[in-house]
Amino acid sequence: MTELTHLTIAEARDGLKAKSFSATELAQAHVEAIEKARALNAYVLETPEKALAMARASDERIARGEARALEGIPLGIKDLFCTEGVVSTAGSKILANFNPPYESTVTKNLWDDGAVMLGKLNMDEFAMGSSNETSAFGPVVSPWRREGSNVSAGASGQVEGTHLVPGGSSGGSAAAVAAHLCLGATATDTGGSIRQPAAFTGTVGIKPTYGRVSRWGTVAFASSLDQAGPITRTVRDSAIMLRSMASPDPKDTTCVDLPVPDYEAAVSRGVKGLKIGIPKEYRIDGMSPEIEKLWHQGAEWLRAAGAEIVEVSLPHTKYALPAYYIVAPAEASSNLARYDGVRYGLRENGRDIVDLYEKTRAAGFGREVKRRIMIGTYVLSAGYYDAYYVRAQKLRTLIKRDFEEVYAKGIHAILTPATPSAAFGIGEKGSGDPVEMYLNDIFTVTVNMAGLPGIAVPAGLDAQGLPLGLQLIGRAFDEETLFAAGQVIEDSAGRIKLPQAWWA
Amino acid sequence: MSVDEKTVRRIAHLARIAVTDEEVPHLQGELNAILSFVEQLNEVDVEGVEPMTSVTPMVMKKRQDGVTDGGYPEKIVRNAPATEDNFFLVPKVVE
Repeated sequence: MTELTHLTIAEARDGLKAKSFSATELAQAHVEAIEKARALNAYVLETPEKALAMARASDERIARGEARALEGIPLGIKDLFCTEGVVSTAGSKILANFNPPYESTVTKNLWDDGAVMLGKLNMDEFAMGSSNETSAFGPVVSPWRREGSNVSAGASGQVEGTHLVPGGSSGGSAAAVAAHLCLGATATDTGGSIRQPAAFTGTVGIKPTYGRVSRWGTVAFASSLDQAGPITRTVRDSAIMLRSMASPDPKDTTCVDLPVPDYEAAVSRGVKGLKIGIPKEYRIDGMSPEIEKLWHQGAEWLRAAGAEIVEVSLPHTKYALPAYYIVAPAEASSNLARYDGVRYGLRENGRDIVDLYEKTRAAGFGREVKRRIMIGTYVLSAGYYDAYYVRAQKLRTLIKRDFEEVYAKGIHAILTPATPSAAFGIGEKGSGDPVEMYLNDIFTVTVNMAGLPGIAVPAGLDAQGLPLGLQLIGRAFDEETLFAAGQVIEDSAGRIKLPQAWWA
Repeated sequence: MSVDEKTVRRIAHLARIAVTDEEVPHLQGELNAILSFVEQLNEVDVEGVEPMTSVTPMVMKKRQDGVTDGGYPEKIVRNAPATEDNFFLVPKVVE
């Protein structure tokens, strides 16, 4: 039998139903794998006792014939989701001891469907980053290594050698799924934070349409862009998980009152008769020939499965990233104003209230977060608001219009690369110029700006043996087409062989 | 547009983040790198374009104006650094 930690969610669900193993055995196998993988730093908090208690409750329900959609499925939770009675840090020192007295809607939905919590996953601080290097709790080590690299598990329990980043901000989620430390993980995506780490780790990640998943109880970064979704090892597993994560929610006024479709049913639908657009503006200067080749290959796979491939134009693509770096920091500067050392989180005392605020925020926020708050403060300040913020929001209208015009011509989904390169090494990018790091999100950020759904699916390996992903962008609230087309890519590429546990 | 050291200090104060003298030049360089990156938005003619206010075309949900939650002040202040009788404590603000 396959190792329990190597099952897909669909396989585990079937195995539990057939009583081939118990939820407790499944949880125990993961608890042990997590203990042996501490060198990866994927989990910031392990909750083994909670996991085993939840698994026992699942076993009782299974015995009674009352299993729910995710009964007994062990998951990792990005530390951006507030979990009642379990410290939730958002990867920040300022929330290092924050113990939420409430449960986020997403995690509540998962527990209501029977899922089991293994622990909280590392992430870039307040989800600001593309490499998981901005976490206050240290970087995450990717389970992937370049061929012939010197990375190994050291005797001290630390990884030795120049390791790769798992991507970010959902780096802990992607690393944990790729390293078999959970069957699936929750993640969030503001500019690419689900799809970029999924592409870097050979996993599947979907950012749903803005409004599909409730944001209630999820620590806010940029409220008009943030959306939660799953990272899993297969397209089908993402479909299973998203169905449970999504729901209407009276607590989030931006969450839509639309019924959640049976996404899993869409997985085997195929792409026959669909029109898939290839946007010429995504062919950027300096793009690796391997990625260009993989993109062509992806289009060929979809064509072979019966789709029609059409060249399309999204003329404002190049402005999405600069517009994002006005809109997202502006919203962040407003959202993060709440961390003032008064109601919760870290406090550094000062001679008066303003001094207390300034010292608390200086001590509690990391460099990237401070930078973004300051950029946001600047672009919203008197005299600059129209030149920066209003202009960026106008660009956003144009970016969205580009997509609408393409979809109005009968295009069902758009195929692009997920990232401009494979994973890079720790410390390799962004130390001098923050923009170098921001360029990672060049293919993903347009989707957030337009509020559309996007899925990243592993499609091949580069010459160094590292995974590369393709992205499919859909029409608003048509995640089903993304699952159908994503499955065609997965079937054509073959499941990526994930790394052996060299860290254990 | 680019920012000078004085502007960096002003923004930091507006953002309520204390900055040290050593941090200012670094922040200035980083902020200017970002500002020069976003400069390219000026190439686009945005005359007559409406700024986006809502990314999905939907009417905001409204609920009845009534109390649906609350009555647990001790839970609200549980994570506060300093409290007394379920009030948040801060340094004296008015004399």
